[in-house]
Amino acid sequence: MADEVILLDYWVSPFGMRVRIALAEKGIKHEYREEDLRNKSPLLLQMNPVHKKIPVLIHNGKSICESLIAVQYIDEVWNEKSPLLPSDPYQRSQARFWADYVDKKIYEVGRNLWTKKGEEQEAAKKEFIEALKLLEQELGDKTYFGGDKIGFVDVALIPFYTWFKGYETFGNINVEKECPKFIAWAKRCMQVESISKSLPDQDK
Amino acid sequence: MAKDQGEVQLLGVGGSPFVRRVQIALKLKGIEYTYIEENLRNKSDLLLKYNPIHKKVPVFVHNGKPLAESLVILEYIDETWENYPIFPQQPYEKALARFWSRFIDDKILPAISKAAWTVNKEEREKGIEESLQALQFLENELKHKFFGGENISIVDIAASYLAFWLPAIEEAVGLKVLSSDKFPKLYKWSQEFNNHPIVKENLPPKDGLLGFFKSRYAAISAASK
Repeated sequence: MADEVILLDYWVSPFGMRVRIALAEKGIKHEYREEDLRNKSPLLLQMNPVHKKIPVLIHNGKSICESLIAVQYIDEVWNEKSPLLPSDPYQRSQARFWADYVDKKIYEVGRNLWTKKGEEQEAAKKEFIEALKLLEQELGDKTYFGGDKIGFVDVALIPFYTWFKGYETFGNINVEKECPKFIAWAKRCMQVESISKSLPDQDK
Repeated sequence: MAKDQGEVQLLGVGGSPFVRRVQIALKLKGIEYTYIEENLRNKSDLLLKYNPIHKKVPVFVHNGKPLAESLVILEYIDETWENYPIFPQQPYEKALARFWSRFIDDKILPAISKAAWTVNKEEREKGIEESLQALQFLENELKHKFFGGENISIVDIAASYLAFWLPAIEEAVGLKVLSSDKFPKLYKWSQEFNNHPIVKENLPPKDGLLGFFKSRYAAISAASK
């Protein structure tokens, strides 16, 4: 029986990108449907009635919402190749912790960089750089957060790199100067096929 | 004592619903642990060492390796000690369980906080509206005695806040959100949950909690004058 996999998404969404990368990494054939967020499709509203947001992964008619939950689902169902989560329970929990950290710090604080002004923006800048530095520390000497291959945290974090040009322009910060290790990691990720083909061009 | 379980410690505070979640899970699985009560206004070196990033409780330590964030801790506990599973085994059911647990933390709890910890009428109204909407989704999800079916599972454990902390908050601040006429299933669930033999032993004393919430609300009222 062939699996039917549909992804409801929006090209600019870093959350959507996470799911795209996971699907690509596992080589899962799927149908990509671009949503118009100002005119949400009946399918989207039916499949995600609670949040009405993308991404929504639909597998054989059943919907999985929230990007990190969808990525874990993909990892658990298509578990023969390219594991995204470590096999050791403690390391797995660390991966979940850091992915949760990315959601709490990078997304929220990054948004403040361009929505706030003055003192609030300065505070956001500081918080953002601190968060990136902590992530650099967690990365250590590893090639990726997942070790030799990309893992859950890499997938959770790399999509926000596409927003960096935006953060830098509107937030007036120079990430490369403050966090060179982070940028080096990001550039390595962009060489990975499943990532480069899932992310839009930074300038766009 | 469960054989070969290793050394288990839990840093927490008695009134925290997030800490109690972990305690309920440990008790369901029969895991013995050392409990260390923290003073959040004077955090111990141990807490700061084990959770330097968020500096919060609960912190779970297994054989010297620390873990933070209650839902992350619960997944670890379930994967490490396989008796009395609290997460579903099947991937789709598991994804749903994760979704609803996150929904409780990301949508319901903040809405209730918004409604409770304010003296501003508009803020409260808005918070109440958001809480009612969010609770309705959860009400619709409840199809059996517990979210986990006949036995309590991760969603029940995550929702423990609604069964025990919310009524205390409602009483302390003069709020009514989880009423039996609006949410008959959730209300009945909360009674069953609070009476579950393991849960009953792992809830904080109601008076203490009520007192804590009353003083918190009094402080907010005083500050706004």
